[in-house]
Amino acid sequence: MTTQRRIFAAICRQHIRLSWRNGQTVLAVSFLFIAITLLPFGLGPELKLLRALAPGLLWVVLAISLLTSLERLFQADYEDGALDRLLLVPLSFEAVVLAKLLGHYVALVLPLIAAVPLAGLLLNIEAARLPILVAAMLCGAPALVMAGGIGAALAVSVRRGGLLTVLIAMPFYVPVLIFGAAAARAGLQGGVDVAVDVGAYLGVLAALSAASLLLAPFAIAAALRAALR
Amino acid sequence: MAEIENLFSKTQHARDAQCQAEGLACRRGAALVFEDVFFHLTSGQALCVRGANGSGKSSLLRQLAGLLPLAAGALTRPNPHKHTHYLGHADGLKAALSIGETLAYEAALAGQGADHAADLTARLGLAGRDWQYVGDLSAGQKRRLTLARLLLDPRPLWLLDEPMTALDEDGRALVGALAKAHLASGGMIIAASHEPLGFANAELVLGAQI
Amino acid sequence: MLKALENISAFYANPTRFMGLASRLHGPLWALAVLLLAYGLYRVAHVPADYQQGDTVRIMFVHVPAAWMALFGYSFIFFASVTALIFRHPLGHVAARAAAPVGAVFTLLALITGSLWGQPMWGTWWVWDARLTSVLVLFFIYLGYIALWQAIDEPTRAARAAAILAIVGFINVPIVKFSVDWWNTLHQPASVSRLARPALHADFLYPLLIMGAAFLVLFLAITLTRMQMEVLRQRLRVRARAGASENA
Repeated sequence: MTTQRRIFAAICRQHIRLSWRNGQTVLAVSFLFIAITLLPFGLGPELKLLRALAPGLLWVVLAISLLTSLERLFQADYEDGALDRLLLVPLSFEAVVLAKLLGHYVALVLPLIAAVPLAGLLLNIEAARLPILVAAMLCGAPALVMAGGIGAALAVSVRRGGLLTVLIAMPFYVPVLIFGAAAARAGLQGGVDVAVDVGAYLGVLAALSAASLLLAPFAIAAALRAALR
Repeated sequence: MAEIENLFSKTQHARDAQCQAEGLACRRGAALVFEDVFFHLTSGQALCVRGANGSGKSSLLRQLAGLLPLAAGALTRPNPHKHTHYLGHADGLKAALSIGETLAYEAALAGQGADHAADLTARLGLAGRDWQYVGDLSAGQKRRLTLARLLLDPRPLWLLDEPMTALDEDGRALVGALAKAHLASGGMIIAASHEPLGFANAELVLGAQI
Repeated sequence: MLKALENISAFYANPTRFMGLASRLHGPLWALAVLLLAYGLYRVAHVPADYQQGDTVRIMFVHVPAAWMALFGYSFIFFASVTALIFRHPLGHVAARAAAPVGAVFTLLALITGSLWGQPMWGTWWVWDARLTSVLVLFFIYLGYIALWQAIDEPTRAARAAAILAIVGFINVPIVKFSVDWWNTLHQPASVSRLARPALHADFLYPLLIMGAAFLVLFLAITLTRMQMEVLRQRLRVRARAGASENA
């Protein structure tokens, strides 16, 4: 294992370990279930209605749970000096950022997506729709993490930056939600055309994720450097 | 305007590393923190940066570590990513990790396996505490733990911000011994401190005339 | 010490030449804005009422140019930020910061006029029309940008963060626009009317273009005034600091 790869893995593993140990993962998943539980109180317990709305609701709830989990993505490290430390490792800071984001994906996003089928059950979603919904989330979530990362990095020096992070990240969430929900809806109809559609939507989601993976680490690294000056 | 007080006559070590500042200035917002800072440090030499609170000691160290931009002047220094250690006020330690986990992480950041960290607890005076959480340690014990970075990765330039703070007698002796060994092997140290350092042989006073 | 202070002032008030230019420019610019606006409104008042939409069609002469300015304003912020980051010209940050609230107000104007126009047409104050929706998202982008400037106390740090957001946000704008358009066609078949463009008939086109020009000049005039204020504010800050350190 080369030194650089070892460092990358260490940063990623450290982030995962701390997310679990500080209770971030459990909190985020609980948040998802709490939001899902509140929905029927607002919408009424009508199962047909909930079923019709389920994919969209699950996407929105996933996005919000993710955003709340991102708030402190870099802030603890910024405040306790760990970011200074990470700027001095023999690895480009963009790669350091990517390692942390990958850690976040594994530690928080994957558990959240894993909770989606169960949460879908509460909304009476058809089991047949779940695979496409989960696939769409797996494809689209990296873009959500990257966008949230940009918000978190720009707001890192702001004491109560949570709402600011949300405000900054929200416009980036629009395209992902649109295509994510479209994929989930197309999956409902069945038939050959629809399979093509679903493939296309997943492709668009993956493209959004790929583009943000290419761009966001540079923006995030630049934002963090600016905050450390 | 700060004095250059580091005219050394020590013999050069095999490593020809050096750290040289010519007319450094630092700005925070619209305020000028310091300007015209000159020094020249070569292998085996240590510099103690002194000055009142707010005179820019920490800022100077951060500039040397590449964490702050220079407002003016030129800097010749070892690569911050490979050849510089910076121990600042904020230690970057995580309360939720144990000492053992912290050391394993530090070893990995130094590009080494966890086995390299095995005997460190004893050398840092933290023997038998591998399992203890960093959050439960005292300030001095945390300080000792950060010294692990210096031991795990041999880098020629050490930038130490208040290295003696919170340390007891033994701890200070430990820092002194580490520093002397480092200098003897041809390293360089720049430390900001209000207290006397056992190892520093030159002083740079910031804010003397401003 | 004095030399250092001069350097700092040079850094912050470097725009001395800009201030000279601005003070000469801002009178004529405001005069032109007022004239164009007055003439544009006069022309709009004399546009024949639309046979379908009646007098509500006149709202379009505010709505469409306001929407143009919403986009123009963000592009302005983007280019100013790029200038500031790449050429390290502090005036770029000043321009971007000054333009943001102006662009946001035009965006809000576009939203409100869109809603006012839509009420009699659609029978509801808000429709998730593709154009209105993307303008709404653009409004949030503006809000995030402005909030970031306000949230970070240290000015140079705020400037850098805001410039990064401006650039990333600019890349996002066409993506949002495309996906919202697509989303809208998916959900609303073509029968649902979008905000109709006024027919490109000379009676409509000229007043529209005049209003567009008026808004553009108005945007530039307000932004210029705000930039002057910002430069003066920074000079005051430097001077206050200099005074403080001399007294000390």
